[in-house]
Amino acid sequence: MPETKISVSGLDLYYSEFHALKNVNIDIAPNEITAFIGPSGCGKSTLLKSLNRMNDLVEGCRITGNVTLDGVDIYKDMEITYLRKNVGMVFQKPNPFPMSIYDNIAYGPRTHGIRRKSDLDDIVEESLKKASIWNEVSDRLKRSALGLSGGQQQRLCIARALAVKPEVILMDEPTSALDPISTMKIEELCCEIKDSYTIVIVTHNMQQATRISDKTAFFLHGEIVEFDETEKLFSTPSDKRTEDYITGRFG
Amino acid sequence: MTMTGFRFDMKTYKKHPLSFLFMLLVWIAAALTAAVFIAVVGYVLIKGIPQLKPSLFAWNYTTDNVSMMPAIITTVEMVGISLLIAAPLGIFCSVYLTEYAKRGNKIVKVVRLTAETLQGIPSIVYGLFGMLCFVTSLKWGYSLLAGCFTVSIMILPLIMRSTEEALKSVPDSYREGSYGLGAGKLRTVFKIVIPSAGNGILAGIILAIGRIIGETAALMYTAGTVAQLPENVFMSGRTLSIHMYQLSREGLHTDDAAATAVILLITVFALNGLAEYIAKKLDKNKL
Amino acid sequence: MTTADSISERKSDSSDFFPKPSSGRTQRFIEKGAEIIFLLCALISIAAVVIICVYIFAGGIPAIAEIGLFDFLGGQRWKPYNEPAEYGIFPMILGSLYVTGGAVAVGVPVGLLTAIFMARFCPAPLYKVLKPMINLLAGIPSIVYGLFGMIVIVPIVRNLAGGDGNCIFTAALLLGMMILPTIIGLSETAIRSVPESYYEGAVALGATHERAVGTVVFPAAKSGILAGVILGIGRAIGETMAVIMVAGNQARMPKGLFAGVRTLTANIVTEMGDAGGLHYDALVATAVVLFGFILILNLCFSVLTNKKPKEGKSK
Repeated sequence: MPETKISVSGLDLYYSEFHALKNVNIDIAPNEITAFIGPSGCGKSTLLKSLNRMNDLVEGCRITGNVTLDGVDIYKDMEITYLRKNVGMVFQKPNPFPMSIYDNIAYGPRTHGIRRKSDLDDIVEESLKKASIWNEVSDRLKRSALGLSGGQQQRLCIARALAVKPEVILMDEPTSALDPISTMKIEELCCEIKDSYTIVIVTHNMQQATRISDKTAFFLHGEIVEFDETEKLFSTPSDKRTEDYITGRFG
Repeated sequence: MTMTGFRFDMKTYKKHPLSFLFMLLVWIAAALTAAVFIAVVGYVLIKGIPQLKPSLFAWNYTTDNVSMMPAIITTVEMVGISLLIAAPLGIFCSVYLTEYAKRGNKIVKVVRLTAETLQGIPSIVYGLFGMLCFVTSLKWGYSLLAGCFTVSIMILPLIMRSTEEALKSVPDSYREGSYGLGAGKLRTVFKIVIPSAGNGILAGIILAIGRIIGETAALMYTAGTVAQLPENVFMSGRTLSIHMYQLSREGLHTDDAAATAVILLITVFALNGLAEYIAKKLDKNKL
Repeated sequence: MTTADSISERKSDSSDFFPKPSSGRTQRFIEKGAEIIFLLCALISIAAVVIICVYIFAGGIPAIAEIGLFDFLGGQRWKPYNEPAEYGIFPMILGSLYVTGGAVAVGVPVGLLTAIFMARFCPAPLYKVLKPMINLLAGIPSIVYGLFGMIVIVPIVRNLAGGDGNCIFTAALLLGMMILPTIIGLSETAIRSVPESYYEGAVALGATHERAVGTVVFPAAKSGILAGVILGIGRAIGETMAVIMVAGNQARMPKGLFAGVRTLTANIVTEMGDAGGLHYDALVATAVVLFGFILILNLCFSVLTNKKPKEGKSK
């Protein structure tokens, strides 16, 4: 296993005229949680989205530079659906589909060609267990996912992402719409599954970054100001701007 | 629904007689509108319901029983075939407009403009076109099929518009979620977007059914006015509306026409109610 | 081929469970094909308008040329069965205009005032009854309106004004009723979309509720209201079945409010069945004129609705 799972080099991203990411370079290590922090509009979510090409959906978005997954350029040499199967995503607002819990989880596997009922059953159970929500929903798999609480919906979305057996999971402020208890459950969940996945999480909440992440990158105005071990970045930041931000002087 | 300032304050009105007059006029106008509805519907029901008799629903039409049964069956066939043509076209068109076309796309503008134009064309012009094109040019003669194609074009903009609105109301997060799992665009559209918009699309289709059932002018010279049940789609047949027109025109069967009107009204109202109910269910789901 | 190799290698070690995805090329081919099919469907509506125009114009314009534009549009006599036949549709143009004008005179005031009522005066419980009523009014087939006109309005007019009751007045009254839901629907939406701040501003200056609605809110909604009126006019001028059941359909110059009249639409329907040769083409040409009116109205409508609303940006 190489020491770098995802490597970003010389990445520039424009939304029409707006220069959203400026010469970003970062190497994300496998089986760790990497946190992106920074004030609103600093580009952290934008970078996250370019890791599985969700930015392709945005009109007027141009990207230059390289992003590789295990050494393969995801923009040039990889089929986009294959990329997204391997690099899953959990969104800021829980977005279960308006169908049953079971069908939500099975949607991804079905997309990638799994049809056998028994296989699907296994995947659904396994994914829901991994996302620590199996006990809460095992008796109502056929009911609409929209009936779940916000925190449950978000864990369902994580389970849904896990169901396609990705290697990397991108999380875009996954707890910003949730209450503290649900947030805690999701953080625990992240730590439990990080041995088998590479997790990149964007968060507004610096405590959250310190609690769960191994490495942290601090973004400002579309650039990475500092990227280091979480502990080091928060205790002895090397850049003045990082220090200002983490001590709450701006942002 | 804000009820801003609705009150009846005689003191104010004494000081402002014009305001009083305005208030009065507005209420009178609303009463008139309600009166129109009550008069039309009430009269048709009162006049028509006593005329409903079993012979009107006999399987075979004769000039004695003037049965509407063949017309009812023809109407159902007409609705079915027309939807088979118009619904996929209309839905796919909206899918293109909302899911595929880029913003500011010229085609989108032109399609919207033409849809608006189609919606404004009077049904008699559709009828004439159907006669010139399907009946004469394509040599189908007065036939069910010619009628179906004519009304299909007519209801196309209706289905397009309701579908487009329904698709637009599907939250982008559903699409993102599906793409994020590695699904392609086609799968996202058919498995996520269209099912989520299902009720809105259905409501539009039901309204389109109502439009077909109520249509007369576009069908007279395309589907024709033969009273018997057509044996195949290349034969002429009359829908319920045309049946009713023929009865009222002959002067002898005004009562039977009223009875037919009752059936027409009930059907159209039921369809309207159904569309509304489905649309409401949709709103609730959106919570 | 190093990149391709590494991809297949990755596939083999990571997706023991997943079947190999269909090759990227097939996938792309299907996606592209679907997009093209959707695009073709989108183009159908354009094609429909074009084909309709071609058929109607190709059928009608030669007839107009043969009859002579002036004799056709300005001719006051429509005698297709005479020798030689005369094809002047001026009476029908006037007929359509009179009937539509009458419908506007009846339908627009009542419709607009009702729209104001619905948006600004109606108590909530009443709204729940009235709104569905208006929606249903829009759904009643024109043939049913026609029947109502024939057996209710015509006898009343006959008793009050003499004649046989099939006349401009009856047709205008009936059409006025028929365009109500169109006008009410669009105008109500337009009035509701006026920012609340307009109303509040007027009331804060001491205006009564009625004054605020009538002098500030209503004028602010005027482009939407006008669009509704235009749509109503389009419906009235294009209406066929209801009109032929109550208008009398005599192809002659209109002789007064209570005399029979024939509209453009009625001209087409009443004679289409047994027309041939130039007579047939002249009827198609009648549709060209009707179509012309409709296109002008449509143009007005799209200009009004596509105009960027100046109001609404008031904060």
